[in-house]
Amino acid sequence: MRISPRAGERIVKVLIWAAAMLVMAVLVFIVAYILAKGLHVIDWRFLASAPSNMGRSGGISTTIIGTLMVTVTAVVIAAPLGIGTAFYLAEYTRENFVTKIIRFSAESLAGIPSIVYGLFGLIFFVVYLDMRWSVLSGGLTLALMILPTVIRTSEEAIKAVPYIYREVSFSLGATKWQTIIKAVFPSALRGIANGILLSVGRCIAETAAVILTAGSTLRMPTSLFSPTRTMAVHFYILAREGISMENAYGTAALLIILIFLINVVANTLINRFVAKSR
Amino acid sequence: MTEPGQKAKLETKDLHLYYGAYHALRDITMDIPERAITAIIGPSGCGKSSLLRVFNRMNDLIPGASVRGEVLLDGAPVYGKDTDAVTLRKKVGMVFQRPDVFPMSIYDNVVIGPRHHGIRRRRRLDEIAEKSLTRAALWDEVKDILKKPGSSLAPGQQQRLCIARALAVEPDVILMDESCSALDPESTMKIEELMLDLAEKYTIIIVTHNMEQARRVSDMSAFMMIDENKVGTLVEYAPTMRLFANPKDKRTEDYITGRFG
Repeated sequence: MRISPRAGERIVKVLIWAAAMLVMAVLVFIVAYILAKGLHVIDWRFLASAPSNMGRSGGISTTIIGTLMVTVTAVVIAAPLGIGTAFYLAEYTRENFVTKIIRFSAESLAGIPSIVYGLFGLIFFVVYLDMRWSVLSGGLTLALMILPTVIRTSEEAIKAVPYIYREVSFSLGATKWQTIIKAVFPSALRGIANGILLSVGRCIAETAAVILTAGSTLRMPTSLFSPTRTMAVHFYILAREGISMENAYGTAALLIILIFLINVVANTLINRFVAKSR
Repeated sequence: MTEPGQKAKLETKDLHLYYGAYHALRDITMDIPERAITAIIGPSGCGKSSLLRVFNRMNDLIPGASVRGEVLLDGAPVYGKDTDAVTLRKKVGMVFQRPDVFPMSIYDNVVIGPRHHGIRRRRRLDEIAEKSLTRAALWDEVKDILKKPGSSLAPGQQQRLCIARALAVEPDVILMDESCSALDPESTMKIEELMLDLAEKYTIIIVTHNMEQARRVSDMSAFMMIDENKVGTLVEYAPTMRLFANPKDKRTEDYITGRFG
């Protein structure tokens, strides 16, 4: 039996639509389920007070601070390194043996499971460099983990800037550095920022790499050298050890909200910046 | 080969250009007169743009590009050991084929060059912006919307903005690489009028596909073609009136009478 082209077209359309809807539905279900289970736990007390009794009671303030400290450390280290590498690859060198090695390394690093980063961080930062379990060890480990993403997305963003901008800039007597800062960077900024945002999300959500390098203490971190427990780790421990499913869902809900908020705020800032420089 | 009494602004002597092993330009010798418009014409792929980009060393950006022979600006070597390409490009500005304004305001587009060269004072930048936009015949149209994005202008205005941007650096020479080919006839006419105005103060070299344009605006015309080895050569270089009225070379005649190209 033959299907008419029209009917075939309709069937394909319905199938594609169904696939998209299914993906949406799964996402919505996960988020809605966690919010439904966890949202009612979240109040000012939950946000502002320290956990007590292993996290069975009290809030999660120390883990929020720990998450932010570890994430900020990771991004502050990885962003300049990654963006710098991307500019080197895209603007300062031609395809050669070295760039191939850098790219190959970055791609290989991107495929390594996070627990391996955790193990490396434990051996290298925590033990060998004697940084102990600390915000710094965790941040450095996460920095390594997100570096390939930052490099990749930044390089793509830089390469997407029309070549003519560089020519125009040089023709006006700009140096290479001025060309990069004034003609290329502003146009690549949105793409670079998106890559970093993606990385921030991964840092906040990371468990395996952090639990091995930043520790899991519930005490409030006071410096880069304090051990800490991040929200994702807290959630993992609460759920795995059966300490409090209620608080575990509360933490998970807050994680989702936090990532959502960061995305909204960052996008607003980028939009404002881009609009200003236009 | 310049008109009597006119000084050569740019000279090339036995110039060859290579992109790696590829021979792009062969044996080009020409004197480009000061404060005049010189048009480079010829069929696609004959090396017109390559020659234009020799003058501001834009070919330096292409890996493997090398130049043999001599290029002089005001008698000083363009490819000398002590010549800095960045400094050279302040004297030799360029306007490109498409109006490629930067994604920033009209004002910022104009003063980006001066800013690169260390001018920071607001009042000085304002003066430069007004002067450059006035010279580019755009000031009256944009003086009230300087903060608007450059991309909000019509294509013809954008191209004049690009000219203003090049003028803001205060060059002596302006290279125009088919700067009207993306524009409608009316905008093209405005730019041509502007070229004629600017030629009183600047040395202008245009590359154009449009023979009528060369005939309308230029004082000197250079006709280029590829030879049997596919290398770009200068076939004939003469005052425009003479070249079009009485071409000496058979190939020039065939081209300008529309027999090929």
